[in-house]
Amino acid sequence: MTRVLAAMSGGVDSSVAAALLVEQGHEVVGVTLRLWDNDTDAGCCSVAEIDDARRVAHVLGIDHLVWTFVDEFDAQVVAPYVAAHANGLTPNPCIECNRHLKFGRLLRRARQLGFDAVATGHHARVVDGRLLRGADPLKDQSYVLYVLGQDELRRCRFPVGPMTKAEVRAKAAALGLPTADKPDSQDVCFVTTSGGREALLASRIPLHPGRVIDTAGAEVGRVDALELVTVGQRRGLGTGGGAKRYAISVDPTAGTVVVGEAGDLLAGSVELTQLCWVNEPVEGPVQAQTSAHADAVDATLEGATVAFAEPQRRVAPGQSVVLYRGDEVLGGGIATPMLTR
Amino acid sequence: MTPSQIRDRTPTLESVPAYLDNAASIPMRPEAVEAMLPFLTERYGNPSGAHAVSREARKAVDEARDTVAHCLGARPAEIVFTGSGTEADNLAIIGAHAVRPGPTVCSAIEHHAVLHACDALGDNRLAPVGADGVVDLDRLADLLDPSVSVVSVMLANNEVGTIEPLADVAPLVRERAPEAVLHTDAVQAFSWLDVADAAASADLVAVSAHKFGGPKGVGALVVRQGVTVRPIIHGGGQERDRRSGTHNVAGIVAMAAAMRATVEQREATVARVRELRDRLAEGLLATVPGCTETGDRASKIAGNCHVSFEGVESESLLVLLDAAGVYASAGSACASGAVDPSHVLAAMGLSRAQAIGSLRLSLGPGTTDADVDLALAVIPPAVERLRAS
Repeated sequence: MTRVLAAMSGGVDSSVAAALLVEQGHEVVGVTLRLWDNDTDAGCCSVAEIDDARRVAHVLGIDHLVWTFVDEFDAQVVAPYVAAHANGLTPNPCIECNRHLKFGRLLRRARQLGFDAVATGHHARVVDGRLLRGADPLKDQSYVLYVLGQDELRRCRFPVGPMTKAEVRAKAAALGLPTADKPDSQDVCFVTTSGGREALLASRIPLHPGRVIDTAGAEVGRVDALELVTVGQRRGLGTGGGAKRYAISVDPTAGTVVVGEAGDLLAGSVELTQLCWVNEPVEGPVQAQTSAHADAVDATLEGATVAFAEPQRRVAPGQSVVLYRGDEVLGGGIATPMLTR
Repeated sequence: MTPSQIRDRTPTLESVPAYLDNAASIPMRPEAVEAMLPFLTERYGNPSGAHAVSREARKAVDEARDTVAHCLGARPAEIVFTGSGTEADNLAIIGAHAVRPGPTVCSAIEHHAVLHACDALGDNRLAPVGADGVVDLDRLADLLDPSVSVVSVMLANNEVGTIEPLADVAPLVRERAPEAVLHTDAVQAFSWLDVADAAASADLVAVSAHKFGGPKGVGALVVRQGVTVRPIIHGGGQERDRRSGTHNVAGIVAMAAAMRATVEQREATVARVRELRDRLAEGLLATVPGCTETGDRASKIAGNCHVSFEGVESESLLVLLDAAGVYASAGSACASGAVDPSHVLAAMGLSRAQAIGSLRLSLGPGTTDADVDLALAVIPPAVERLRAS
């Protein structure tokens, strides 16, 4: 038996994760993190979510704590997210939250309080020090966990990793957990559905209008906020009708968005920064996944360069590229901006 | 897990080793429980009716009103029963503001029941406090002018226990904002101070029953003769049209019983608890390096011990104390059960780190030597353990 601190968001996955640990005979304490105390309609960190987590804890007969990491979340997730957008990048805040909060701050505090491990409801598996994709291909969340190293892997548990989402829901229903039927959360928790990214960014940084130019440098449109443009985006570029055009790069310094046709969006490689590894550093043939819901594609890693076997749509700079071999997460890094000719 | 298994896990009062969160709530006094029981069963009447069953309930409410008025230094007609201390604060501030709108002024360390009620009215001026947690009278005076509608300064603070100089506030208000209504939140004060005297200069005084051994869900507001508050709850016109809703007869009767018992024993309780508190505070200061006490103990209510541990997060400390059977709190609890950074400590000029490491140990009439012994045995090693890891 180990003492496990179960991070409970109020969703069904982390509810079942805690339940499984209790069934396995571990000493479990649930904790819900308050990360964000501003407006949200995504539900995250709201009193309602905390209530749901507590109700599940009551059903399981475990203690439930609420910890406030609002300052750290702001400093290590929200502020970098905003800064990245200001620099024309498209960050993955969930990954930074995992890196700094769930498997940083929370893990440290758990250790301080004598817990052997922290459990979450992520769909991923840990087998012999290897991080593997979750069993449900549609719900696999290993992409957002590539920042975990051996230290973290040893002290975290993903009890629902071997299950499909349907099995998770069935388990929750069988246990009578009040979260059994809750819909999945999808969006960035601190971005409201009503106001979107724009409202959040506008509340923190000035948004700048920009010129939309083609690859030859001719102006073809304008955007209200450069900071909101993501490489690969097609709509909202003010280029009117005609051939489909995509944002292929954003240059906040010059105040421009370069657009091109579908072919211009393709790239043979991407350069990574902040590379990190679950185990030892790897080179050679890998599969690269360039966003949370993309398929992994064959590639070769040399140094910090991922060379795709087939040209791929450009990776929006700031996005994480996660490197796999089969189901195993090797590590990953953050895509750097590409030069546009 | 079955409901009965869950029940078995729930700590009962008998198993509480050191309950040091008396500022949050205290157990009901036996006198109060005894007084309320008949009104939960055979004496079920609605006091607003016109028959014998109602008359019986009416009589109980009238008698309770006499007691509460006496304990608060008011006339029976000046007592408005409410559903909580928070409601009493809201009725005071929003109700007085509605009669004569204008800016509100309150101290920066008010309870959220006052702070948020003032904020909701749109034009609130915050009177700063000094490092000792006592409202700065000069700065308060600067905020007062004839347009001010309501001034609210608490009698004793809920987090750090400082006693506020209401008797000095009142003349400032009368002089600079003669038409303003002076409200005081005496929710934390009643167990420790003679509120009848200490709040004599206030137009409105709020109390809450469960802080002094009555049940939760009942409070009272003193509305002095000549002062008008517009109701914030509309309905049948109970409480002389100031607070509608069927009387919580059992709660009101129990509040009165708890008040009477509190007042009768107050002097002895204060003397006894003050000694315990001093021993606790001095014990912590002596045994825990990097421990500082918040505020000046001489100007605090007897039940409050507030300290800050350098390099420690009280969120973690509370987990260790909880496991060791020492029940305390940090900051002010919010609706979710999380600990919010304290506006009180910030107003007193404590750093964020000091605020994060702060612990409130609040003693009550039921606190014993054994409670203090346990706290002194548990807290120093817990702090050391957190610092070591």
